[in-house]
Parts: sequence; C-alpha cells; structure tokens
Amino acid sequence: MDMKVAKKLGLKERYALMTRDLAWDTTYQPMDKVFPQTTYEGIKIHDWDKWEDPFRLTMDAYWKYQSEKERKLYAILDGFNQNNGHLSVTDARYINVLKLFLGSTPPLELMAARGFSMMGRQMNGAGPRVACQMQAVDEYRHFQTQIHSISNYNKYYNGMDEFAHQQSRMWYLSDGKSFFDDAITAGPFEFMVAIGFAFEYVLTNILFVPFISGAAYNGDMAAMTVGFSAQSDEARHMTLGLECIKFMLEQDPDNLPIVQRWIDKWTWRGTRKLASVGMMMDYMLPKRIMSFKEAWEMYVEENGGALFKDLARYGITIPKCFGQTIEEKEHVTHQSWIGFYMKPQATPFHTWIPTPDEMDWLSEKYPNTFDKYYRPVLEHLDAQEKAGNRFDNKTAPMNCQVCVSTMKFNEPGDPMEMCFRESIYQGEKFHTCSDHCKEIFDNEPEKYIQTFISSHQVLQGNCEPDGTDVNAADFKPGQNMLDYWKLDKRALGDFNGSDDQKNFAAWREQATKN
Amino acid sequence: MAIDLRTVSITPLRQTFGHLARRMGADKPASRYMEATMDLQPVENYHYRPTWEPQYDIFDTTRTSITMKDWYALKDPRQYYYGAWTLARGKMQEIAEGDFDLVDELGLAAAYPAAGKEEALQVFLPLRHVAWASNLNKAYVSSYGYGIAISQAACYASMDQLGVAQYVTRLGMAFNDLDALATAKTAWLEGAEWQEMRRYVEDLMVEKDWFQVLVAQDFALEGLLYPLIYERFNDKLNAAYSPVFSMLTRFQREWFGETTKWMDSILKTTAADNADNKEQLAVWIKHWRERAIKAVQPIAGLAFGSEADAVMEEVVQNLNARAAKAGIAL
Repeated sequence: MDMKVAKKLGLKERYALMTRDLAWDTTYQPMDKVFPQTTYEGIKIHDWDKWEDPFRLTMDAYWKYQSEKERKLYAILDGFNQNNGHLSVTDARYINVLKLFLGSTPPLELMAARGFSMMGRQMNGAGPRVACQMQAVDEYRHFQTQIHSISNYNKYYNGMDEFAHQQSRMWYLSDGKSFFDDAITAGPFEFMVAIGFAFEYVLTNILFVPFISGAAYNGDMAAMTVGFSAQSDEARHMTLGLECIKFMLEQDPDNLPIVQRWIDKWTWRGTRKLASVGMMMDYMLPKRIMSFKEAWEMYVEENGGALFKDLARYGITIPKCFGQTIEEKEHVTHQSWIGFYMKPQATPFHTWIPTPDEMDWLSEKYPNTFDKYYRPVLEHLDAQEKAGNRFDNKTAPMNCQVCVSTMKFNEPGDPMEMCFRESIYQGEKFHTCSDHCKEIFDNEPEKYIQTFISSHQVLQGNCEPDGTDVNAADFKPGQNMLDYWKLDKRALGDFNGSDDQKNFAAWREQATKN
Repeated sequence: MAIDLRTVSITPLRQTFGHLARRMGADKPASRYMEATMDLQPVENYHYRPTWEPQYDIFDTTRTSITMKDWYALKDPRQYYYGAWTLARGKMQEIAEGDFDLVDELGLAAAYPAAGKEEALQVFLPLRHVAWASNLNKAYVSSYGYGIAISQAACYASMDQLGVAQYVTRLGMAFNDLDALATAKTAWLEGAEWQEMRRYVEDLMVEKDWFQVLVAQDFALEGLLYPLIYERFNDKLNAAYSPVFSMLTRFQREWFGETTKWMDSILKTTAADNADNKEQLAVWIKHWRERAIKAVQPIAGLAFGSEADAVMEEVVQNLNARAAKAGIAL
C-alpha cells in the first residue's frame, strides 16, 4: 500500500520533503530580487542545499509540544498569582531584579522576534529560512510569557508600570537597545552571528542561567517556570546559531575573516551588555547562586573555550577580547553596582549597600579585588548614607559611542584608572570605553556616529516630555527627565525606606499572622 | 452550590501597566492579549538606520501607503497572543492527527476510486507550493509591518501556512507516495494551469508595500482559493466519492474560516480610519482581485470542468461581499 512507501522515509528525508522540497527557484521574478539582502555583506554562499537542518520540527509536532508547555505554564502562573506568590520571595530586594529584567529583557526578545522574522523572509535557502521563522515565533513566546509572569508583581510594586514607555528612553536601557538595533540594521549574516551565535550560543548560559536560577533560589516560581519552559526553545536556538557559523565557514574560505571580525565584535558587545546581569548576581539576589566570576569561568571560559577549540578547524580563533574579559570579571559587577547606587533619582529600581554578611561573601568570592578596591568605597557610601548624606549624582553620564555603557570601566591592568579611548571622524571627536569598542567604531564609523546617546540628546532638546516647547524663551533642557521617562517617584531612591520595603513587610505580616 | 473559599486579600497599588491604563482610559485589569501586544514595538530613538534600506527607520510607518492614527487599532478579534494561538493550533493538529490516523487505519486512501484520486491530487498537491509562497509573503508582512498587533498576527499566519504546506504534503504521501508530489511540483513549475498562480505569488515576493502584500495574498488570493478548493471542491468530491479529502484538509478549512474574521476586521478598521485608506484598499483589491481571478480560473477548470465559471462567479461574489461589509466600495 502507498503508505508503506511514505513510512520508509528517514527523518531527514521526510523533513526535507516538509520544508525545502516545497521551495523552488523563482522565474517570474529573479531570485536576487526576491532575496536582495544576502550578497552585500561579502559572504559567499555557493550551495544553500548544503545547509544542515539543526533541528527537524514540523509544525504539527511544534504545535503539539508548545501547546502542552503553554498549558502547564499558564496554570502555574495563575496559581502563583492567586496565592499571592509575590510574598514568598526571599525578600523585597529581589523584586528589583524583576524590574531590571522587565525593562531590559522582553524588549530585546521582541527585537529578536522581529529580527528573526526578517531572517525568515530574507535568507534565500529554504532550510535556514524555516529555522529562523521558528525562532521568530518562539521569541514572541518569550517576551510575552515574561511580561505575563511579571504582570502580577506590577500590581503591587513600583517601577515596573512604564517599562514599555521606558524601553527607548531610559539611559541605562540604551546599551541593550543599541545592541539589538545594531544587529537588526546589519545584514542578515551579521545578524545571525550577532544574535544567533554570540548572543544565543556563546553568551546564552550566562544570560539565562543567572536570571532563572536566581528566580528559583529566591522563591519566584513565576519567573522560574517561564525560564524552565523556555529551555527547550533555547536549545533549538543554540543549534541554529552554531549551524549558521559552520555553514558560512564551510561555504567559502573568503568568509573566514568576515566571520572572525563579527565574532570578535559581538562577543565584546555581548560582554559589555552582561555587566548588569553580573551586578544582579552579585548584589541584587538576596539568595545567591554563585558569583559572576564563577559563572564567567564556568560558562564562558570553560564552555566557550571548548567551543572555540571546536571551531579552530575552520580557522576561527578565540575572540580577541577574551583576555580582557577574564581580567574584568573581577571588577565589572562592583563598578556597575556602585555606578547605579550613585544614581538613585534616575532608575525605576532601588539600590542599596550590601549587608555586612553580604560584603563578607563578596570578599570571599573576589579575594583579589573586593577588599582592596570596592569594599572601602561601599563602606564610605554606607557611612555617608547613615550620616544623612546618601550619595546622589545628578550629573549626566558620559557614554561610550559604541556600547553606550556609562564610562566606568578601568584601564586594563590598572584598576585605579578609568579607561577612555577616542577617535576622530570627519573632524569630530568620539569617545569609547575600551580598545575593543574603539576598534568597532573605527571599522564602521559611519554607523556608530548615529548612536543615540541620551546625555547628548538631552542637551539638544530631544529628551523632553511630549508637548514641550523647546523653543520657548525659558526652556532649559533636561529639567523634566522624570516626566520624559514617566518615572514614578515612589520607584526612586534607596531600597531602605522605600514603599516596596514597607508594603512587602506589611503584606507578609498580613498573610502569615493573625 | 458555590463554596466560599478564601485567600488572603491584599489591595493592589495598580491594576495594570501605564501604557495599558492610558489605552483603556482607566486603571483596570488588562487581558493577556493586551499585555502581550499593545505599544510594545519601539517607535523612537533608534540608534542606527538599516544598512539594507537606509531610507527607512528600523520600524517605519512609511513602508506602506496606508496610514493609521493608531497602529494598535489593528487588533486581532481572536485575541491571539502566542499562548492562545498555539493552544488553538494544538487542538486543530490533534484533530488532524486523528483524521490522518483514521484514514491510514481503515485504508481509506487505498480504497478511494482511482479516477477521483487523480482528479483530486492534481488540484490539491501543487497547493503545497502556494502555501509555501504564502508563508514567505506573510513573513514579509510580519517583518516590516508596523506595530506588534499586525506583526504577530502575520507571524502566526505565516507559520500556519507552513503547517498547511506540510499537511498537503502528508496528504500526498497518504495517497500516492513521493511520485505524486514530484508530479505536482513539475505541474507547479511547468504546467500551464499553474503559471498565472505562480506568477502571482512570485510578483508578491518583490512587492515592497507590506499592506499591499497582505491584501493581495490574504484577502484577494486566499479569499478566492480557499472557498473554491477547500469548500466547494471538497463538496464535489464528497458527493461523488467519499469524504476522505474533506477529512484530510479539515485544518485548511477551519483555518480559513477563522482567519477570515481577522482579515475582515483588519480591512474594516483600516478603511474606517480615513478616506485615503478606503480608496487605496479599493484600488488594491480591484487590481489584485482581477489578477487572482486569472490565477485561480485555470485551477477551477481542473477542479470543476464545465461548472468552473459558475463556481468562480459565486466565490468572487462572496469576496466582493466581504469587501462591501468592510466598508470598501469596489
């Protein structure tokens, strides 16, 4: 009978029939007009059929698995919310992790969704196109489930209510925005290296594990379940990123230097983006999983090192910035936290000085740096705060023209010296935070002179609440930043004395005592 | 009888996010669809211009000649966010799986009369390529459309069409193994009956106005093709032979019925926004309807023979009626 023939097909052949056999080379319109984007970056592809499908999931199986996952996930979210799950977290400081996460992550997952949709339209091989489309729709899942899991917290705590408005306006969210804007405005192959490989493969564990394990360690079943539920999606995304790199390298030897430059660039850009994840691990989680340094060693130095060893057969070398990231792993989280601590009137999350126990934990985890460089600063700030003089830096920061981080990182080899680099382009001076960002700038100055840096834009009258007359005689730029950000005053300032702190204590009392 | 269970009740500080409260005009709980959709796409302060199309911003309202006072007015009446969509499709695929299993178990494909089988497969199987093109064209809409309301609906529809292409492929395998699929692909590439259709979908692959792609692909083409094949042609086969093809294309039929509600609501909202939109939609619909008729006519010939004109007439009337209902005068 006919069916027997069909059943004999192997998984690979069957999947090919379900995807690339559906495709054909267009003749009423030329192929290079249908797929106009895959040549201008200089990547040479000779045979799209050589693409190895990284996973073989047909839509019927996809819907079956994903709908099972969604059913479970939303049942848990509903239960968590109904039972005041927010009161079961370790302490109210933890909720600031969610504020940081909500502002920084769902908006970027959304950009990944849109970016992978573009790849799913533009790649002219049927294999990669389908894989990218599947990642696109997964990314819709991720930003939506993240918002849904945090939505209930927003009802009780301050600083989460305007994340959608703030995503393109908050100064400290600008680094993540520039990262994805940079990737999505690049060509399709660079996007795949930036997001598919550097972000989703090399750095994914150190992005993903701390937040999700942090949620698990701190009693946040909502965020934890979202994370665990996304794991099998992420595994697919990782295989796609790796396959894409291998495919480019196998297609033509001329692709190697281009791919290497992108790997260098995006590993560094990703590393800069991670400073705030590290700060969350070391300072914001009441119950810690491990230090950022330990995580970096495990997920990046060991796993990443092994990956690049594996890619050496294609001629790929370890990213140029690797050495510097190893040196910085003992510094960046402290520099970032202190940086945020100093801006209590400019973020929708609270900051605080670690308790004495927590400082001891940091000393133990950072034996080379914490006591020597950072404990004295924190103890000084603590003493000032207790004397009624909490630090409040009201000046606008200086930002890197490439990664848009505030300038706060040290000179390589000299932790007491801030690092600044500059380039001159068309007679104008542009500042960068490091040798690696400077190199990225110098490679594509015409792109990076466009970077939207709010501390510059504010002076030009471009960061004002809607309806402001910037030509009025008495106009002073930057006087209304809280309105521009729609930043609730209750969300500002130190954790100590905040509404969150008081409310959480009162509600926990109400929920656990008679 | 209601049982009065109690939980500790804490008064929330607010009911929803600021952007949703402003939309609803009040601080009240928002649906999961609203939370997953509204105002989420960045609209300002982009860092860089696309290297692939520097004339535009990353997300740019001028990528279509349609204008909207509010792009989030293009809501999905089905309220599909990812979770709702995938649950709905999960249910449909479970039913489809049952249908395929039953056909296999009872040997219904092998028992199908040879004449009917040939008549059916020559119509159904090349449609896997049409669905594949639809997947690509919808991916264009979801990539460059403005706002998450339209981009996510188009993304889901695009994945739906990949599913349709795969269900048609399975249909072919159930009836006549790989040869039938190869024959159908040759027909798609070379057969005279399919060339206007192929030209139609390929022309859309280079059309830059995403809203026009949506109108041409989803409304004009699928608005004729789906009722013609998945409804009328199935009816004809059911009457003449047995309902096997109806069973194995149930997904497509249900998908079209459901997606039509979305498409009609998009057209209605867009036309109602301003007079220029209304006029533009009418121009597009008239243009692409004529071309779609030309593309679908030969397939109607394959399916209905001498009845083709009458059936075509009917489905075109239905399409016109849908436009009229959306407030668009043709």
